[in-house]
Amino acid sequence: MRLLGLVVSRAAFYAVAAVFACLFALPLVWLVFAPFDARANLFVRLPHPFTLANFGKVFANGFAVRALFANSIIQGVGAMLLVTLLATLMAYALSRAPIRGTDMLSYGLVLFSSIVTGTAAMVPLFLLIYAMGLIDTQLGVILVFTGGLLPAAVFIMRDFVDSIPRSYEESALVAGASPWRMFLDIALPIVRPGMMVVAVWTFVNVWGGFFVPFILLRSPTNMPASVAIYSFYTEGGTPIITLTTAYSLLYTIPVLVLYLFVNWRYGFRFFGGIKS
Amino acid sequence: MDAAARPDPRPAPETPLPERRTILPLRTGLMFLAPAAVFIFAFIILPFFWVAVVSFTNRSLTGPGALHPHFVGLKNYAQLFAPGTFLQPGQFGSSLLITAQFVFFSALIGQAVLGLFLAWFFYRREGWVKQTVQTLAIGAWIIPDVVVAFAWSAFLDYRQGTLNHILGALHLGRVDWLLGVPLLSIILFNTWRGTAFSMLLFSSALGSIPPSHLETADVNGANAWQKLRDIVLPLIRTHIVTDLILITLWTFNTFTPFLITGGGPAFKTEVVSILTYRIAFRYFNFGSGSAIGMIMMLINLAFALVYLSLLRRQQGAAT
Repeated sequence: MRLLGLVVSRAAFYAVAAVFACLFALPLVWLVFAPFDARANLFVRLPHPFTLANFGKVFANGFAVRALFANSIIQGVGAMLLVTLLATLMAYALSRAPIRGTDMLSYGLVLFSSIVTGTAAMVPLFLLIYAMGLIDTQLGVILVFTGGLLPAAVFIMRDFVDSIPRSYEESALVAGASPWRMFLDIALPIVRPGMMVVAVWTFVNVWGGFFVPFILLRSPTNMPASVAIYSFYTEGGTPIITLTTAYSLLYTIPVLVLYLFVNWRYGFRFFGGIKS
Repeated sequence: MDAAARPDPRPAPETPLPERRTILPLRTGLMFLAPAAVFIFAFIILPFFWVAVVSFTNRSLTGPGALHPHFVGLKNYAQLFAPGTFLQPGQFGSSLLITAQFVFFSALIGQAVLGLFLAWFFYRREGWVKQTVQTLAIGAWIIPDVVVAFAWSAFLDYRQGTLNHILGALHLGRVDWLLGVPLLSIILFNTWRGTAFSMLLFSSALGSIPPSHLETADVNGANAWQKLRDIVLPLIRTHIVTDLILITLWTFNTFTPFLITGGGPAFKTEVVSILTYRIAFRYFNFGSGSAIGMIMMLINLAFALVYLSLLRRQQGAAT
């Protein structure tokens, strides 16, 4: 009787787990198969006939290639460099300079940045970029992403900076180092893991971001992949499934690789509930 | 103060502990802070006030409102709340009702309850089954918006979509997801999309519960539901509040349903973020769009303040 109960509860566990695995996986199965299918439609099936030609056709589309391999990378790396640099400097100052109430300040900024967000903030941001003459420029997109992501990035960096023992820097001070030298030679090497996490987090956010470039950019030559993905249409106006799914897959791979890299190198961590 | 620049000439024998040395002088600290502060001011603080200013004008992208916007007082707000049209499809009131249902069912019921269930289901279990389910949930959460939206458009397709094929195979009949029950469709989508966050947050909360608490209950013969209700939920109260507020804020502001339904058909999935986009960037009526944006931000602010006050009360109760 005991044994039977154990078997039943084990079976129930696997059954429930299998149901959830299916629920999360099913919507994506089609997206994994369709790119390799020469005659893919919306129906999910094993690729038949199997082909890599869809990827070849994607690479033949200059606009799409430019979006993925130039524009998305320029915007992602641009914002990544700015956010990582500025957030590291600010987090270091908040941790080490004699300023009061910095915990409240960095927390308050994160909360405030989640209030001024999304479409609600887009009208003033559009007008600001317009006033700066940066509509339809990659720089405009980089600046808006940088501003929006900075508070959370500073919050993440604080975690890392606060974990450095002050004694390292105190002994450097005794040895007569200037604040800049101390920051560059002592602090930076220690907080490098934090900078890596912030850099990857920023890049993934910008890489996946749709709304900001959708609003701020006009000309096809500036579009990142998130907007250019809507470029494979038939003359009748329906998406060409084979090409769009192949492009989607190419566009998703960097995100998965970076997630696995961070997970393997630094482990998954929660930074006060910030989406990573 | 800069301790190195102004050494105190007097000896201080009465302080028993050495004073904590200032590592970064105030002036250098402010220099480090300044560039980020400029960005945060320009792209977060300023827009909050700018949106308020624009909402009282007839600012637009083209036409007379572009060059010389006028102050129009509360006209934009009066239009939004006009009693005759408030609840009509495509109007502000109707959009708010849709958003309320979307947030309630996809975030509070869908993501939070499912996330808690998954965290509890895999609590004190390890192994490949847990790894697989968690990895799939995280995958749904980290893949870019446009890709998951595209996948879901196909998944829900009436004739060829995977979901209807499964329902058909189970003899449950087909559902016209995107045209027949569009709001339900984006609720299911958003639940699927965001559950990983609640699951991970609750998993880490459960991990912080001392095992002895539950062992006592095991000895007393409590079942899983009793343990969850009487022991676990009270202990992770703070995490639950954090989770609910964050997912509410995110779901309230998300624009991703637009990529699946475009707000349609017939405005049935037009949540306020999509309405703002339509008014401000399709009709280029910045004044009216800002009025909606202002109300959205005030609702966000209310959530944030409720959150802070609950956290503070809990901290007060803990000490």
